[in-house]
Amino acid sequence: MKSFYQILGAIGLIGLLAFTSEFGKGKNRISENGDITIPAGFKAVVVADNVGNARHLTVSPNGDVYVKLERLKDGKGILRLRDNNGDGQADDITGFGNYVGTGIAISNGFLYASSNSEVFRYKMNNGVADSATAERIVQGLVDRRQHNSKSITLDNKGNIYVNIGAPSNACQERDRQKGSKGQDPCPILETAGGIWQFKVDKPNQSYAEGSRYATGLRNVVGLDWNTETNQLFVTQHGRDMLFQHYPELFNEEQGAELPSEEMLQVSQGDNFGWPYCYYDQIKKQKLLNPEYGGDGKTAGRCESIKKPVVAFPGHIGPNGLLFYTGNQFPAKYKNGAFVAFHGSWNRAPRPQEGYFVVFVPMKNGKATGDYEIFADGFAGEFKDPSKARFRPCGLAQGPDGSLYISDDQKGRIWKVTYSK
Amino acid sequence: MKKIILTATGFTLIVLALAQTGNTLKASMDRGKKVYDTYCLACHMEDGSGVPRMNPTLVKTKWVLGDKKTLALIVLNGMDEEIEIDGQNYSNPMAPHDFLKDQEIADVLTYIRNSFGNKATAVTAAEVKTARATLKK
Repeated sequence: MKSFYQILGAIGLIGLLAFTSEFGKGKNRISENGDITIPAGFKAVVVADNVGNARHLTVSPNGDVYVKLERLKDGKGILRLRDNNGDGQADDITGFGNYVGTGIAISNGFLYASSNSEVFRYKMNNGVADSATAERIVQGLVDRRQHNSKSITLDNKGNIYVNIGAPSNACQERDRQKGSKGQDPCPILETAGGIWQFKVDKPNQSYAEGSRYATGLRNVVGLDWNTETNQLFVTQHGRDMLFQHYPELFNEEQGAELPSEEMLQVSQGDNFGWPYCYYDQIKKQKLLNPEYGGDGKTAGRCESIKKPVVAFPGHIGPNGLLFYTGNQFPAKYKNGAFVAFHGSWNRAPRPQEGYFVVFVPMKNGKATGDYEIFADGFAGEFKDPSKARFRPCGLAQGPDGSLYISDDQKGRIWKVTYSK
Repeated sequence: MKKIILTATGFTLIVLALAQTGNTLKASMDRGKKVYDTYCLACHMEDGSGVPRMNPTLVKTKWVLGDKKTLALIVLNGMDEEIEIDGQNYSNPMAPHDFLKDQEIADVLTYIRNSFGNKATAVTAAEVKTARATLKK
């Protein structure tokens, strides 16, 4: 009888231990991964929290993280996050730059950052950007609020690429008004709706000094230079309102799914067809927009337009693009692309989607398999844009191959690491 | 006796008028929801919560609950400026919706002023007509 109680007690003790350790693990897992889900083997720590509308970010060779803000925090538009004790969490946060914006990148000893109409650069000394060396290299770019983010990337050969989003949905005479005709040719394309190329070391360049590298892009927010293929890649936000403006051509579901959000490989002189064309990822065709006579089936002048490298569902907002070149993550990630999706609004009245970071396996600039969701759970309980807990926006790679993710809803920054 | 009849008649009229108002408000709200779902929901969301930085919230803001003429003029003219509500900026342009009829605008404004937790007086077609008359031709 005694042994019976002993056994019972032992079972109870084992159960209690198991429960405690499970509970402990569960608790740790949530706090360690900063309320997001990531694949087994990966860990996430919150580098900084509530830093504001954190758009894009970049990591210095010394491990400092630079974050571009879309709204000034304590009068600063760029934050430098430093982790002095090596636990992954920033314990030293300072700021500089009195302008809001999205783009930020480090290349060849300089930090580059954009406002919604300009690009500045700062000299880096031992991995630290010197705010006293601020130099404006680009100015006077179109900023009419809509699609005004000036995302940037560099080719390490003396050129910087700047997205100038079209301040329009489909270049209608009256933007976003049902029944308003599409302008043909679209005058917006002269100064926006494309990627412009500038020199990294010339002050105060504008349209006259730069060149339009590619056109027909409605609004690119993510862009990155692929060093494996030496090419520019971008992620484009497709047009809105197909169902709302053309209910006779598109049903509610088609309005939510179409058009595709696209990852595109951009070569000099490319024209991706906006505002005349959109990509239907279900038919796998570039089709004519209804503002220009399209009916959801006709390709017309869009037939020869270059197709995307990867096609994603509609409206989910690809705001960050990063080619992974590190050695920390498992081999399959090398030269593949991470894409941060901000989360949708124009899928209403259908449920909203996105609010995740996907991974696309790639080789030589081509996808070698389907994209998979890498990090998820950012929105939390509600996927409506005003209620989502976090909205992924920027991506960056640290010198040790860690992946950084920014959120522009409240401003949480995650550092994702892998260990076998 | 005469007095009682008069009072009763008056009371009945008031009750009828109140019932009428109730019916009118409900009918206007129902029609307004249809207008909202067709022209507004895509940007302002089903629950009026809007989209941060882009499309303004309609929940308990001075724009929706305040001056009816100003509100009607936003629908008629659209809006192309950045506004701030509760520390959040909104800057997407709204297209002019002057193609909607006075009654449709009155209905949709009555709907948004009495939905999403809002409570405010109804907007009439006559009020929209007055606002429209101030537009530059």
